[in-house]
Amino acid sequence: MILVLYILIPAVAAPVAWLLARRSPALARWTAVAGTAVPLVILVAQWIAKASALQAAFVAKGPGPSGLIAGSWIAHVQTTWIGSLGISFFLAADGLTMIMLLLTFALGLLAVLCSWRGITERVGAFHFMILWTVAGLAGVFLSLDLFLFYFFFEMMLIPMYFLIAVWGHEKRVYAAIKFFIFTQVSGLLMLVAIVALVVIHERATGVYTFDFTQLLGTRMASGTAFVLMLGFFAAFAVKLPVWPLHTWLPDAHTEAPTAGSVLLAGVLIKIGAYGMLRFMVPLFPDAVRDFRTVALILAVIGIIYGAIMAYGQKDMKRLVAYTSVSHMGFVLLGVFAWNSWALQGVILQLVCHALSTGALFIMVGGLQDRIHTRDMDKMGGLWQVAPRMGGTAMFFAMASLGLPGLGNFVAEFLILVGVWQVSHWAAVLGAVGLVFATVYALWMMQRAFQGEETHSWSFADLTRREVGMLGAMIVALVLLGFWPQPLITTAKQTVTGLQLMTGQSTLSWGPTAEAGGPAAGEAALPAADGAAGSTALADDGARQ
Amino acid sequence: MKAGDLLTISPLIALTLSSVIVMLAAAFWRSHGLALGLTLAGLVVTFGMLFVSASRAARVVTPLVTMDAYALFFIGLLTVATAVVAILSWSYLNRLRVRPEEYYVLLLTATLGGAALVASTHFASFFLGLEILSVSLYALIVYPVHREDAVEAAVKYLVLAGATSAFLIFGMALVYAETGTMSAAGVGALVSAGLGSQQVIVTVGIVMLLVGVGFKLAVVPFHMWTPDVYEGAPAPVTAYVATVSKGAVFALLLRYLLPLSSDTGSTLFLALAAVAIASMIAGNLLALRQDNVKRILAYSSIAHLGYLLVAFLASGERAGVAVGFYLIAYFATTLAAFGVVTVLSTGDRDAADLLDYRGLGARRPVLAAIFAVALFSLAGMPLTMGFIGKFVIVSAGAGASLWALVIVLVLTSTIGLYYYTRLIVVMYVRRPEELELAGAGVGARVAAVGGAAAITVLAALTAFLLVFGVYPTPLLRLVEHAVSTLPWP
Repeated sequence: MILVLYILIPAVAAPVAWLLARRSPALARWTAVAGTAVPLVILVAQWIAKASALQAAFVAKGPGPSGLIAGSWIAHVQTTWIGSLGISFFLAADGLTMIMLLLTFALGLLAVLCSWRGITERVGAFHFMILWTVAGLAGVFLSLDLFLFYFFFEMMLIPMYFLIAVWGHEKRVYAAIKFFIFTQVSGLLMLVAIVALVVIHERATGVYTFDFTQLLGTRMASGTAFVLMLGFFAAFAVKLPVWPLHTWLPDAHTEAPTAGSVLLAGVLIKIGAYGMLRFMVPLFPDAVRDFRTVALILAVIGIIYGAIMAYGQKDMKRLVAYTSVSHMGFVLLGVFAWNSWALQGVILQLVCHALSTGALFIMVGGLQDRIHTRDMDKMGGLWQVAPRMGGTAMFFAMASLGLPGLGNFVAEFLILVGVWQVSHWAAVLGAVGLVFATVYALWMMQRAFQGEETHSWSFADLTRREVGMLGAMIVALVLLGFWPQPLITTAKQTVTGLQLMTGQSTLSWGPTAEAGGPAAGEAALPAADGAAGSTALADDGARQ
Repeated sequence: MKAGDLLTISPLIALTLSSVIVMLAAAFWRSHGLALGLTLAGLVVTFGMLFVSASRAARVVTPLVTMDAYALFFIGLLTVATAVVAILSWSYLNRLRVRPEEYYVLLLTATLGGAALVASTHFASFFLGLEILSVSLYALIVYPVHREDAVEAAVKYLVLAGATSAFLIFGMALVYAETGTMSAAGVGALVSAGLGSQQVIVTVGIVMLLVGVGFKLAVVPFHMWTPDVYEGAPAPVTAYVATVSKGAVFALLLRYLLPLSSDTGSTLFLALAAVAIASMIAGNLLALRQDNVKRILAYSSIAHLGYLLVAFLASGERAGVAVGFYLIAYFATTLAAFGVVTVLSTGDRDAADLLDYRGLGARRPVLAAIFAVALFSLAGMPLTMGFIGKFVIVSAGAGASLWALVIVLVLTSTIGLYYYTRLIVVMYVRRPEELELAGAGVGARVAAVGGAAAITVLAALTAFLLVFGVYPTPLLRLVEHAVSTLPWP
């Protein structure tokens, strides 16, 4: 039942915020804070309560693939919704879900906080849209019924569209429509793939159902599986985004208001990765293997292309947007590498990228509120004007480029080690992307904050509210850089389950021998200590 | 025909009597309120008579009509739609400065024609129903006689409807000449036997029948009248034409061409598939360049009939449920959308221009929200019935392996997103610099008018769309029950 609350609380807070805005905008803001903070508190409480369950050894809760999925659950809710169409209201949470929900509510809260002074028009409607987006995101991460997943996937488009189109910047209408159409086309292709999968399942077993646990392991011809996998891949590739389907992202991220950019970059694009991990690969492991080379090529192109494009931007926000394309290329590499290294790296990268890029967007947004421009030609030497802002920006630029000691380094390192097991050249080219990341990050810092003060700006430094927000994110990134183990432990059962599920095909997983073959009941995941770049392959003590 | 049969066809009798009563009342007392009241009373009585008819065991009344659950369900749908149109027309007609009473008579007779169509199992009742519907519509479209575009629209509709009626009757004659049967079952048998190359006359006959039907459904290539007539007709009449007129004919099509599937009657199947694909593509593409809201909705309705044809072609009971459910969603959405246009219209001209909607989100938030929900439902976004409807069609199409049709449906509905979101942007975004709007308009041209009754009805429609978009099971059960009474092969 708690799972329903995660969706219900922001969904109820949304119209309440809108109505209260007539009395005073501050009431709407505080309602929005409650709407994101309360589920966050409940989530942390549930996390602590289930900590021992999460750390226990992975045990399949039944035969077959559905038992492997259920093995990592810590809570689930299932009731019939539209019986005649085989649709049920099926929510389930495991470690990966909890991590994604944590991102959703934390970044939702940050989005509300960073718009405290920036949004003055139609405050009620604005917070309604943010809370509705958060509710939709929670639904996406919790759904295990494919129709319900698609329902929430599409539902979040509407408030995001309004956020960009109404409260955005100069080219907001163009960006909003582009974002909407790209995501909708790909979503509809995924819908056709989902329905086709259900129909094939019905022909094979006589049961018409959208329940993912029952659809897993449906037997079909390999050509059909490949086409269906492409349908799913289309939707998640647009979301992630994968080059060359990425063109909506720079426009949408740049023209969205700060809160919109934070939610877009922090959570929405993670749905692409989540969907691949949760649905696409377990459903079609052989097709994924066949597609792997193409995907790795696209990922590497994305990493390098995103980095080069970022370097060439004058608009600071657009630069940060292109860094998202580059970082998500790493995620795509990790997903298609599919071994324990890469999967841990992917999950860690999702969290750390959300934090670092979210923070960068908050900073650029704050800067834009102060000097009313995003053009880096008009900036220069801002560190002298606002030293706190300069220092914080430097920190997040370092995080973005993957400085050891911060979470992003650990994540990208794990991904590259995982990819090396599968394809040497992809790992090498990915590592080259790291060099480019350094270039664009330092370039951004030099143009905006360092050098001479050519335009004699004068504005207020970071306020206490902003210091609080950004400080929390700094702490989180440092913690993840030195001590990522809790996060990795949370996702451990999920990763084990995912590997075992797909281990039933003839894919080779790379020489991470501890993962074992399909018959192994449990896998010990190596712990990674990112402090000095060394990786001590110690058991995490959970093997019993 | 026995006395008990009168009870079975009591909905049809109720509609006839109510139109006569309204006509007589108008002859003695010229009162708009009285006419509307009698109309609504007549429609309520008709709806009540549906249950009386449902309780009767014998359903086939003369070879002409069959009042099975399918027919009763659709008569109910048509009745409710007509009641909504009547309420929407109330304040519109007041602004129009015409004598309003005859409008309601025509509305009732048109509904009678539609009801006869959905219950029809014989060419005679087919033609009768179609003609009653068409003739009533001729007069309804031209109701604001002082407006040039209304007269033009009505003349276009008259000429084209008359011509296609001629095709229809000739087709019926050819089929009768070859087969000696005029019944729906006979046509169904022809289709399941397959239209071979020896049976040229029958094939030509059925094609001509489809010409007549295709015109009424406004599918490609019989769609050219749609934008002009929708634009010229008064807004509530446009709503009526877009919903009741099309819905009745589509229900009839399903009954007559029941055994059609990709195996049987394959030439016919291919022809209809081509029509469906062309409608989806043309309807969506042609709407992209429009700046007139009524024309946009007209082209979008062409596309939606294309989607319905995909469900129809899937054939089988699941497809029948898809058709029924999508028709309900389409009715509710279209009535809501044209209802908003009606409420915003003045006596001089309808609120058809895109610029009339600029900033509606701030001026009239309730109407803008209703219109936004209707547009999202047309686009097929979740939380609305349009989403469930589109999903059910995709499921039916996939279940029948009609992959080409499903892919075209999916791709063309994303084209639709562009012009739907354009309307929403105009309503809500304050400074739409990037929109290219032909003709520089300065803010709101149309004064805020519109009756409270109309807005209440529209709000109820919106709630209907949202509630059954989240929990469609009751409606799905109703449609399943209705569709199950058809003689599926």
